[in-house]
Amino acid sequence: MISVNFRDPRPIYEQIKDNLRRLIVSGLLPTGSKLPSVREMASDLAINPSTIQRAYRELEAEGYISSQPGKGSFVCARGGVDESRKAELLGKFDELVTELGYIGIDKPQLIDRLKGE
Amino acid sequence: MIEVRNVLKEFDGFRALDDLNMTVPTGSVYGLVGPNGAGKSTIIRHLTGIYRQDAGEILVDGAPVFENPGVKSRIAYIPDEIFYYANASIREMMDFYRSIYPHFDAERFKKLADVFGLDPKRQMRRLSKGMQKQAAFWIAVSLRPEILILDEPVDGLDPVMRRQIWSIIMADVAENGTTVLVSSHNLRELEDVCDSVGIMNKGKIMIERSLDELQENIVKIQLALPDGESLPEGLDILHKSNTGRLQSLIMHGTQEEITEKLQSAHPLFIDAVPLTLEEIFIYELGGADYEVKDIVL
Repeated sequence: MISVNFRDPRPIYEQIKDNLRRLIVSGLLPTGSKLPSVREMASDLAINPSTIQRAYRELEAEGYISSQPGKGSFVCARGGVDESRKAELLGKFDELVTELGYIGIDKPQLIDRLKGE
Repeated sequence: MIEVRNVLKEFDGFRALDDLNMTVPTGSVYGLVGPNGAGKSTIIRHLTGIYRQDAGEILVDGAPVFENPGVKSRIAYIPDEIFYYANASIREMMDFYRSIYPHFDAERFKKLADVFGLDPKRQMRRLSKGMQKQAAFWIAVSLRPEILILDEPVDGLDPVMRRQIWSIIMADVAENGTTVLVSSHNLRELEDVCDSVGIMNKGKIMIERSLDELQENIVKIQLALPDGESLPEGLDILHKSNTGRLQSLIMHGTQEEITEKLQSAHPLFIDAVPLTLEEIFIYELGGADYEVKDIVL
């Protein structure tokens, strides 16, 4: 379900977070579905369980998942995602817009693209 | 918890361990790294009760290890060179360990037969080096140890078997809180499995930290400064190199802290990247006079 790329400069817990987030956002892990346990994930990926725990803890803080003691971690309903993640993503968006502007894609073109959705 | 306090060991006047201190918390996976000859195997042989220290203490949950079967029966150890009796088969070695270790799990030994695919009737000495290692792992994890001590464990194992073994160990860590101490030169692999790291040099532990702390406190910065500007004071720079206008700096500190400090020099360009464990090893030891030398032949 998840893969870790060792050439990726991002720390492993961030890779796991990004992977899970993508699965949640794309709907492959729908609201209410259960995530693999820390043990399963640690064993599958051959990675320290505390790294997996950290990824889960941070995803919970961001509002993507919730942990129920003794039961496991579950995907939360959308809309619960916290402000810092929103700010982070908007920051990335601004960076992209700047680079797109540099290579000649102007704002009207971008707006058309957004409307075309 | 394993505690090593002020341990000293000399062999014929050579000081192999020099006032060494280390702490391995219960349930952690501790990576012991260091250059060749730093004393990694020597301290491991003390932790497993094979050597007796000249001075200092080695305690497992408060009890000394040396000549203490109660403590040693909780520790499984895979040495860098596998020991077995002449002509012994895997099963005979298993029976030997089974007679010593009270928590030996025969059920587990049977289940793991599929994983390793070795015939227990085969003689140890007829196995390849890598297969002997596999057999040692097979027996060691069947002992259900609370503490697993591994000296260069994956040396000689193929990539599939390495991953297989780490997967078994990581499951044990998650489920039973097994404490693991592993010495290795494969820093890429340690990065995945460890949560604490001890960097050893010349018989001492130089740095002992959680892997997260270690990685968050050292950073590689790429930087271009406008003419007339220079680096601000008070930076703890370990390494510096230039390519044209672009400077590459390795320094201590968190990414945010350093980036903020450097703003005072009005950089034209700045980028911070985290270091791998391998890079940390190279730069930290570089400061301790151990580095790659430029040799012209």
